Amino acid sequence: MAYPANYRYTKEHEWVDVKGDVAAIGITDYAQHELGDVVFVELPKVGAKIEAGKTFGTVESVKAVSDIYAPASGEVVEANGDLQNTPEKINSDPHGAGWLIKIRLANPAEIKALMDTAAYEAYIASQSKEASA
Amino acid sequence: MRYLPKSPAERQDMLAAIGVKSIDELFSSIPERFRLREALHLPGPLSETEVIDFFKARAAENSGGYSSFLGAGVYNHHRSVVTDAIIQRGEFLTSYTPYQAEIAQGTLQAIFEFQTLMCQLTGQEVANASMYDGSTATTEAVLMAERLTGRRRILVARSLHPEYRDVLKTYAKNSGLQVEEIGYGAAGTLDQKALQAALKDDVAAVVVQSPNFFGVIEPLTPLADAAHSSGALLVTAITEGVSLGLVHPPAEADIVAMEAQSFGLAPSFGGPFAGVIASRDKFVRQMPGRLTGQTTDSEGRRGFVLTLATREQHIRREKATSNICTNQALCALAATVHLTLLGKEGLREMAHQNLSKAQFALAELEKVPGVRRAFDAPFFNEFTLQLPRSVKLVNAYLLREKIIGPFVLGTAYPELTKHALVCVTETTPRAEIERFAAALRKALEQTV
Amino acid sequence: MTDKIKKASHHPNQNEGLIFEKSSPGKRAFELPPLDVPLADPSKALGASHRHKGIEGFPEVSEIEVIRHFTRLSTWNYAIDLGMYPLGSCTMKYNPRVNEFVARLDGIATEHPYQPQELSQGCFKILRLLEQCLLEITGMDSVTLQPAAGAQGELTGLLLIRAYHEKNGNPRKKVLIPDSAHGTNPATAVIAGYEVENIKSESHGQIDVAKLRDLVTPDVAALMITNPSTLGIFEERIPEIAEILHAKGALLYMDGANMNALTGITRPGDLGVDVMHLNLHKTFSTPHGGGGPGAGPVAMKKILEPFRPVPILVEKENGRLALEQVRPDSIGRVKAFNGNFGVLVRALAYILAYGPGVRQATEDAVLNANYIRKHLEGAFDLPYSLPSMHEVVFSDALQKKNGVNTMDIAKRLIDYGFHPYTTAFPLIVPGALMIEPTESESREECDLFIDAMRSIANEAATTPELVKTAPHTTRVRRLDEVGAARKPILRWKPQASRTGAAD
Repeated sequence: MAYPANYRYTKEHEWVDVKGDVAAIGITDYAQHELGDVVFVELPKVGAKIEAGKTFGTVESVKAVSDIYAPASGEVVEANGDLQNTPEKINSDPHGAGWLIKIRLANPAEIKALMDTAAYEAYIASQSKEASA
Repeated sequence: MRYLPKSPAERQDMLAAIGVKSIDELFSSIPERFRLREALHLPGPLSETEVIDFFKARAAENSGGYSSFLGAGVYNHHRSVVTDAIIQRGEFLTSYTPYQAEIAQGTLQAIFEFQTLMCQLTGQEVANASMYDGSTATTEAVLMAERLTGRRRILVARSLHPEYRDVLKTYAKNSGLQVEEIGYGAAGTLDQKALQAALKDDVAAVVVQSPNFFGVIEPLTPLADAAHSSGALLVTAITEGVSLGLVHPPAEADIVAMEAQSFGLAPSFGGPFAGVIASRDKFVRQMPGRLTGQTTDSEGRRGFVLTLATREQHIRREKATSNICTNQALCALAATVHLTLLGKEGLREMAHQNLSKAQFALAELEKVPGVRRAFDAPFFNEFTLQLPRSVKLVNAYLLREKIIGPFVLGTAYPELTKHALVCVTETTPRAEIERFAAALRKALEQTV
Repeated sequence: MTDKIKKASHHPNQNEGLIFEKSSPGKRAFELPPLDVPLADPSKALGASHRHKGIEGFPEVSEIEVIRHFTRLSTWNYAIDLGMYPLGSCTMKYNPRVNEFVARLDGIATEHPYQPQELSQGCFKILRLLEQCLLEITGMDSVTLQPAAGAQGELTGLLLIRAYHEKNGNPRKKVLIPDSAHGTNPATAVIAGYEVENIKSESHGQIDVAKLRDLVTPDVAALMITNPSTLGIFEERIPEIAEILHAKGALLYMDGANMNALTGITRPGDLGVDVMHLNLHKTFSTPHGGGGPGAGPVAMKKILEPFRPVPILVEKENGRLALEQVRPDSIGRVKAFNGNFGVLVRALAYILAYGPGVRQATEDAVLNANYIRKHLEGAFDLPYSLPSMHEVVFSDALQKKNGVNTMDIAKRLIDYGFHPYTTAFPLIVPGALMIEPTESESREECDLFIDAMRSIANEAATTPELVKTAPHTTRVRRLDEVGAARKPILRWKPQASRTGAAD
């Protein structure tokens, strides 16, 4: 799966898509692949404040629970209600319909510190090399 | 030794195959100075016959030949021999936790049936596959309410079984929970005024038992309303499950913690029993304990698996809903078989017999001068009597008549100095009830 | 699927639906003796609490249907009575039948926990003797039989530790737990009010003693150790570990799940352990019963004795035994009544059968594990090469090359007539195969297991698809766990739950 060029990425395999001062956040294709079939998602409520680098929710497969880390700080303006009934969207369309939350950025400059597409693709390539070593 | 399937020659062959001369070499990683030089000082070895003789001798030193009017959380009920015939089958008795679903469908389907029965009994939407017992189930229900509400204050009825309250205190000490007790009124039920006064928006749960420790049935609707209006949850504990054959299920409770001992488990000096937590579907992810779910295999057949395992310790570790791993599976299976044998009509009839025997017993006992019932709310198979003298003294007399008298409420409730909790079930013969009444009369006639 | 699989073959196996699906109004199984007192009027007696109708959906079947239903279900299970469970850390040994018999005796099964103590001397003697035996086996000073399972034993142990530290003025904040530990360890530490600090194992899978030295600060209440470790390897430096902890006022907790490697050979109390739990449903043969009940007695050194949970068994001046319910420094009660008494009876029966010869069981357990290890080395990757005790841990590294992982191998083992070994654990070995045969396995059963595993290793190399799609011979194929978790169906409902072909 292609990694959208205008997104930014974290080492914990989250992506951010910034439009104005609102950022959509999700987990990457790499993350969903590692996790396996998603069965449940726990997301913050609208109005909750999240802090860059801290966990804001979890994504569960049958055998594992993964914490999701905030790529940037802000206030939650929308959470993806579809995922309640169809969590599999995270597997089938992790960069699109599988989005998790949208936040109003508290400090838009934080985004600059994140990896761009090329850097992220290089990062996951090195991760895979380590895994099979 | 009869449990070891090896001959000396086979042991030698196996050592040779490994490439060592003696078994001691396989323990070389244990420093010499810590290896025992001589055999442990343990009794035995006993042959099978001697093992049986030993325990028969212990059994003879117990309460054989006495009738009993004790309940207080452990109840004597008829149990079918069919239950043991089933749970003694090696495929149930000696099988492991059903993590490998393909070769554990027997256990898994039986658990699914157990979960269903528990929902039907309690009027709740989902039930787990068992906790250790009613006391720990109640505690875990409280911890569940804490997780669900994010609040720390717990209001507990004093009429909740004293040992259940003790267990809750032990667990609460270290989880920052604040447990407060709410007293009872003249009817023996929870003091609703006191409850209202104590309810604020920092209460996670109101915990009440029904029938309660005094034997009376709590009216749950006003308690649920009161709790909910403060945003608290109602947790209901049930120690005598047979009551559900005739008494309204606690459907208005948010979480039910039930002891299943009454469903086919022998008293066995206090355990093993089986606790259950039943609740609403929307709370299931905060429920502790194993859950079995229905699913299909790759060829479309119905099957069952352990599910929602991400709540549990082996996956969540520090963040698990509970640390429970081993539960009371075989006891839950016994309860499942027992309830299936009783069936709809049988459970109702058993409950009706309990109610009838208890009503009869109360009538007979109230004929004894000086004896009257304390608390006037409806009861099931236990009731509280107030006697004109110390229950302990009366029980000492009864014991000489080979009667194990009622529970001395004063031991747990210092203000109930002359009160006794009498339990009568379908197993108590009429003649024994009459004999008890006669002996009680004599006991009270004795000069001090 | 022919003669290369020696232990198992096909046989018609009965189908059976849910008991609710066989129900029909008017059918009954168990009948009660007639009532010998007047029938009470429930509406009058119970008022508004009266449940007018029978419980909806409750089963209505005859006795033979109950027998057939559950018998058929039982035939779908694997069990120790059928063959080996090579499950690491579970100690699936033979459950002696005499234990079942004595637990059911009149005078044992019939006793009420609140009956007069003078009528309970037989029960107390059983508890007392079991206490003494467990102290002899563990080399500790005091024991409680109250906890209902290993996890509850762990909690009790940590609460004892907390009470001890509190008495000394400071409960402390952290518990150190190795990354190889069983999940109950960290889960329990949190419930006991402690923070968990993980300590990474060193290259041999043992506790990293140098790292431990750095991590033990006055904030640390205890280290939870499993010995032998979950890799089946004895922690040789345990006395040193104990010293490091004690020097900083911290205590050593031992998870006794692996006692089957130590009983009669060495004693944790002698090694410096301060408190430990035992799993009676592991080491002491009480049956697993599909998931429980068990019992988790906690043995401790003198320093922790004052904090023991109530009730406590004492001997009075006249030689009578009694249970005391109140102790000033006790951590309180962890469970109602008297522990899982029926399980305790079974464990005592097991100990009495063996007597001082119980060492032989330990030796056979270690012999079996090493025999299996010797014959599977080479076929499977062995990540840690230190000597194994009663269990051995391989990894799927060799088979992974063909895309076959430990779960697949485990599922294929089912076709060979065995229950899988432990796959998910320990976490420090990715793709682990944790194998513990116990002493209950004959040489023949061990050889069958070895043949099966070697055959599967061969299949993984030559016909990996066969392994990846296993099992092939079970009543149901691999079940959809994802669907079960996404849309949980956790109870039967009338009409609602028929999905797929009903059995």
